[in-house]
Amino acid sequence: MNNGKKLYTLIVHTENIAGILNQVTAVFTRRQINIESLNVSASSIEGVHRYTVTAFTEKDTIEKIVSQIEKKVDVLQCQYFTDDEIFMQEVALYKVTTKVLADNPKLSETIRRYGANIIEVNSTFSVIEKTGHTDDIFALNRELGDTGGLLQFVSSGRIAITRARIEHVSEYLDKFTTLYGCDNK
Amino acid sequence: MEDRITGAEALLRSLINEGVDTLFAYPGGTIIRVFDSMFSHRNDIRQVLVRHEQAAAHAAQGYARISGKTGVAIVTSGPGATNTITGISDAMLDSTPIVVIAGQVSTTSLGTDAFQEIDLVGVTQPITKWSYQIRRAEDIAWAVSRAFYIAGSGRPGPVVLDFTRNAQDQLIEYKPEKTDHIRSYIPYPAPNPDEIDAAARLIDQAQRPMVLAGHGVELGQAEEQLKAFIEKGDIPVGRTLLGLSVLPTDHPLNMGMLGMHGNLAPNVQTNRCDLLIAVGMRFDDRVTSKASLYAPQAKVIHFDIDKSEFGKNIKPHVTVLGDCRTTLELVTEKIHKSSHREWIGSFRQYRDEEYSKVIADAIHPSSGPLRMGEVVNAVSTLADESTAMATDVGLNQMFSSRYFKYRKPRSIITSGGLGTMGFGVPAAIGATFGAPDRTVVVFCGDGGLQMNIQEFGTIMETGAKVKIIMLNNNFLGNVRQWQQLHYNSRYSCTPMINPDYAKIAEAYGICSRTVSERSELEAAIRDMFRTDGPYLLIANCLEEENVMPMIAYGDAVDKMIFSI
Repeated sequence: MNNGKKLYTLIVHTENIAGILNQVTAVFTRRQINIESLNVSASSIEGVHRYTVTAFTEKDTIEKIVSQIEKKVDVLQCQYFTDDEIFMQEVALYKVTTKVLADNPKLSETIRRYGANIIEVNSTFSVIEKTGHTDDIFALNRELGDTGGLLQFVSSGRIAITRARIEHVSEYLDKFTTLYGCDNK
Repeated sequence: MEDRITGAEALLRSLINEGVDTLFAYPGGTIIRVFDSMFSHRNDIRQVLVRHEQAAAHAAQGYARISGKTGVAIVTSGPGATNTITGISDAMLDSTPIVVIAGQVSTTSLGTDAFQEIDLVGVTQPITKWSYQIRRAEDIAWAVSRAFYIAGSGRPGPVVLDFTRNAQDQLIEYKPEKTDHIRSYIPYPAPNPDEIDAAARLIDQAQRPMVLAGHGVELGQAEEQLKAFIEKGDIPVGRTLLGLSVLPTDHPLNMGMLGMHGNLAPNVQTNRCDLLIAVGMRFDDRVTSKASLYAPQAKVIHFDIDKSEFGKNIKPHVTVLGDCRTTLELVTEKIHKSSHREWIGSFRQYRDEEYSKVIADAIHPSSGPLRMGEVVNAVSTLADESTAMATDVGLNQMFSSRYFKYRKPRSIITSGGLGTMGFGVPAAIGATFGAPDRTVVVFCGDGGLQMNIQEFGTIMETGAKVKIIMLNNNFLGNVRQWQQLHYNSRYSCTPMINPDYAKIAEAYGICSRTVSERSELEAAIRDMFRTDGPYLLIANCLEEENVMPMIAYGDAVDKMIFSI
C-alpha cells in the first residue's frame, strides 16, 4: 500500500514568530505530501517552538523536505527520524454512551487491557482517555465501535522525543553562542 | 537625545543606514507617509518613479544583478504589492537580493478586507527568503537591518517588508541597528576539510573532468578563484545561462553554454566526462534535460552555499558546502597541477560541428532577411568593454546569450528560473542606476517589449541610457518554434500584429532607428552607441527563425538537434 514508503517523524525547532507554521507546511504541500499528524508547542528552550510532524514518504523525499524546511530563516533546526530512533506517544479520547458501558461488563476489562482511563462518567455518556501508539489507539476505537455505543473519537498528533541524551537543538544553540558570544535572535 | 520622528522617517534613515542610494518607487494611499519622508530625502537618495510596480521589482533586480548590492522597491498596498509578485518570484528563483517595501493598512484594520488590503506576508512567504509585517515603529530599525542582512547574505534572495500605516505615522526615538547574525540562519557554512579533501582526491583521479559554472560563482564573487582552479586543474568549463559572464568568452577553457539551447560541446561532453564539478549551479531542468539520462557515467562533485540544493535534482558523490570563493580556493590548494590536453582537444570537433551547422549561418548569413544571431553578434562586436547585457525572455534571450561575447563579470542580466517576459527593459533601467559607468544594452522581442513598454516613460523621465535592441519577428517566436516542433506548425496565438514601435519611441522622446537591411545594420548600431542617451534599435528579422541547436523535451543532453 505504501510502495516502499515509510512513516517519518520530523522534529523542527523554530523561533516563535508568526507565520512559521505556514512555511513548514508549505514545503509538504509543494511536493504533494500529506501530513499525517502535526503537533506544535513551546519547547523546553524559552522562545523556541517545537513541531512534531509525521508523513509517509520515501527517504529521498524526506531528506529534501528536511533541508528545505531547515533553509527557512526562522527555523533553527529540522531533523527526521524513523520510529526506532524516538519515543513517541499520542493521546486519544473516546466518548461512549454510559448505557453501553453498563450493559457490557467486559468493556471495563477491555479498557484496562488497553491501559486506558475513564475520565468522565455521567448519566448519558462517559469519556475514555488513552495514551499510546496509533495502532493501539485505533484498535480500541474499533472495539468500542463494535459495541454500537461510540459517540465521538479524537486522537492527537504524535509527540516524540529522541533517544539522544539532550536535545540536538541545545547543542546547536550552544555552538552558536560560542561563535558569536551571545544568542541574540 | 534624538528627537522623536515618524516611523516613515525612521524607515528612510534605516535605508540610508544600509547604504541604499536608489529607490524604485510607485506611490499610493497606504504608503503616502513614506513618500512624504522621501520628499525630505530627495537629495540623499535617488528616487526613480517607475510606471508600473512590476517594473519597480525588476528594476531593483537589474540594479542588484549588475552591482551586487541589494535593490529596493517601494510600493503601496493591495494592487501595488501584488504587482511586484512576479519580480519577487523572479528574484527568488534567480537568487537576487532585493527588498520590497509595501504599504499596508493600519493594524486595527488588518483582516477586515479593508480598502487595498491583502495578506502580503501570507502571499509572499513561499516566494521570499523572508517576509515580515512591521506593525510598530519600534521594530523598523530591527526589521530593515534584518531584511538587508537576509537579502544580501549567503544565497541572496528577495525580502518583503509589509509596513502598516500606523507604524509609519507613529512617533519614536530612532536608534540605528545593524544585523550581523541571526541564530537560526547560517548564511556562510564553514568549509568542511573532509569535503575539501574528498573533492580534491576525485579531481586528481579524474581523466576527463568538467566544470559546470553557475550564477553562484558571480554571487560569491569567485570569478578569479574559478579561473585559478580550472587553470591549475586544466579543466574545461561549461557555463549556465546565469553564469555566462563568470568566465570571459575567450578564455581557452571556456567551452560554451550548457542546456537546452546551449552549445553542443559542453552538452555532449557532459555525457562523456568522468567527473562533473558543479560550482554554484542547481542542475535546473533546462540544463539537465531528462535527469535520469544526465551524465549517468560521471561522478559528481557539487559546490554550493545552499545545502538544500544537494541531491535536489542530481545526486552528488561529494558535496562541498560553503561560499565557493573560499571552497574553490581550498580545493585549488589541494589539487595537483594537471594537464588534460587530449580531453580538452576532444571538445573541438563538437565546436566545429556546431559552427559549421548552425553558428556560421546564424551570425554571418549571406542573404535573406536579418537574423537575430547576426544582430547580437554585431552589437557585441561594436560594444565597448564595459557593456552589460540584459535580455528579455524567448528567442531574443537565447540568441543574445549564445552570441554575446562576455568580457567582464556581471555582464548578463536575464530571467533564468522564472523566465519572465517583460523583465528586460525594467531590469536594464535598474542596471543603469546600479552601474552608471557601464553601457547597458537590452535585447527584447516584439512580444516581451510590450509587456513593460510603459517603462519608456521611466526612461524618458530619468534619461536612463538604455540601449534597447528589439529583435522583431512578428511572432511570439519561442512558442512558435515549439508549435512547429511539437504541434505540427499550428500557430495558435503566436503571430502578432505589431504597432509602429518607432512612433511609440518618438512619443517618449527616445531616439530610434529601424533596420531591415544587412547593409544598414552596422551603421545603425554605431549610431545607437554614439547617441548619448536611450535608444531603440528595431531590427526586423527573419520571421520564422528557430534557435538551434536544441535538446528536445525529454531527451538526453548529448542528443542535440540542429533543425526541425
